Amino acid sequence: MSDLIEDAQPGMNAPEFTVAEISGAVKRMIEGEFGHVRVRGEVGRVMHARSGHVYLDLKDERNVLAGVIWKGQARKLRVMPEEGMEVVATGRLTTFAGQSKYQLIVEDIAPAGMGALMAMLEKRKKALAAEGLFAAERKRPIPYLPEVIGVVTSPSGAVIRDILHRLRDRFPRRVLIWPVAVQGEKCAPEVAAAIRGFNRLAPGGPVPRPDLLIVARGGGSIEDLWGFNEESVVRAAAESEIPLISAVGHETDTTLIDHAADQRAPTPTAAAELAVPVRAELSAALAGLEERRRRAWAQGLALRGQRLRDMARALPRPAELVQYPAQRLDHFAGRLPGAIRGLVQARQIALGRVGARLKPSDLVAQGGRRLDGLAARLPAALSLAAGRKRAGLDGAAAGLRPALLRRAADQRRRDLDQLRRRFARAADRQTADWRARLDGLERLRQTLGYTETLKRGYAVVRAGTAVVTTRAAAEKAGALEIEFQDGRLPVGAAGGGSAGGAPGGGAPRKAPRKPGGPPEQGSLF
Amino acid sequence: MSDGDEKPVDKMSFEEAMQELEQVVGRLETGQVPLEDSIKLYERGNALKAHCEAKLKQAEEKVAQITTDAEGNATGTTPVDGS
Repeated sequence: MSDLIEDAQPGMNAPEFTVAEISGAVKRMIEGEFGHVRVRGEVGRVMHARSGHVYLDLKDERNVLAGVIWKGQARKLRVMPEEGMEVVATGRLTTFAGQSKYQLIVEDIAPAGMGALMAMLEKRKKALAAEGLFAAERKRPIPYLPEVIGVVTSPSGAVIRDILHRLRDRFPRRVLIWPVAVQGEKCAPEVAAAIRGFNRLAPGGPVPRPDLLIVARGGGSIEDLWGFNEESVVRAAAESEIPLISAVGHETDTTLIDHAADQRAPTPTAAAELAVPVRAELSAALAGLEERRRRAWAQGLALRGQRLRDMARALPRPAELVQYPAQRLDHFAGRLPGAIRGLVQARQIALGRVGARLKPSDLVAQGGRRLDGLAARLPAALSLAAGRKRAGLDGAAAGLRPALLRRAADQRRRDLDQLRRRFARAADRQTADWRARLDGLERLRQTLGYTETLKRGYAVVRAGTAVVTTRAAAEKAGALEIEFQDGRLPVGAAGGGSAGGAPGGGAPRKAPRKPGGPPEQGSLF
Repeated sequence: MSDGDEKPVDKMSFEEAMQELEQVVGRLETGQVPLEDSIKLYERGNALKAHCEAKLKQAEEKVAQITTDAEGNATGTTPVDGS
């Protein structure tokens, strides 16, 4: 116990600091001692804060030194440190009293020599290659004759001029320049954005979509070209739908974009040469083809013409073709009349011979024989024919269908009944009509006849069959007959009674002078 | 190559037209093509040649610089003196 107290004793003499005092003292000492240092080490964890500051660790096997690169400084760096990179950092040490920490404020940081940088590049290349970004099957063919060429480069400087010159020499084209920074920290993002921007252009839009891209930059140190090694640029180039030629640096410089590009050109001028063919050569080639085409055509025609002529020569002349047949025709035509005469004569002779042999009895006998033969065959033939007919009849009878017939008969019968009824009705109507007309006519006849007049007191005087209409005629007549409405009364002119025995038989009181009925009158005259 | 898959000439790129023209000439040169077909070939060759010539004549230099908006999209072009 007392040991402890005693041990504590010497400390009592030492000055007593506040935390602030000691922190300040440490800060002064460290900043004073390490106001400018170069530190070599491997980059450990790197953290890009949103503020733009970059926090990183430098380390070796056992120790770690925290470091920070302020935003303004970070922007100026040519090579952004990455984990694993061997670097030399320049800066000053300072403390961070709030956390009892000290750190290196980095003013500049660069790979520790070429070897370190190349090692890092190699590592990145391997990683990207493992992803397949450099694979041969990803490469797109460069169009033979692009219409529009997009160039990603600095708008000022020799590079774009070289490209344009060479294009003009070979085959002038439409060129769209996408201006970018070709070195410094802006380089990588701008180049990547330009490649992607060209790819975003829609075909047929206000800005024509290029058929080919050239990413170009002149020669420089590996740090100058570093932007073209950045992963973002490599990815953009690999993903480009538009075929891409990279032309970064000189022939000996190789950046990662060269691996991702569809084609690598050693220089910007070479890129222009890869991009377009030589117009004059094409014209010449075209003219050559044209010449060959015309010659082949002419030759083809000449060959065919020749063949046609050859064949025509081999063809016999039309006149020759008909000459022989014509000759044959003449020959036979000459022989024809004689032949006909000969034929007729031969027939006549044959006829004479046959005629001489012809005897009626023979004919009859022959006829009789044929008749006998036929008669013998007749019964069988008859029965056969009858059998056939019967079979036919049976077939027809089988085909007959009584029901059908009956139905037809019924229909006919119904039709007949209907007709009969209609006829009876029509006949009744007709007879009634006729009767009515007959009655009418009879009435008319009676009205017009004299017998009606008799009812009214007139009488008809007759002498024999003649009607007497005058006194003189009555005196002349021997006997008269008077017709009344109810009968005739004979009247003797000499006063003799008549057989009728009618009373009042004197002279007629009145000689009716009536016009008389038309029929009587008519017949009178 | 065959008559079936003939592409309209005006839709062809220079290279396609040139390649087909070469085939056409090659076939004409064999002399093995029937006359009817060779007439078609000859005319096809004519069209191809005219197309190629037109493409060669369109050799006009036109240089422009892309202008972009805030998002980095191309919005238009400004002419550039390409000397």
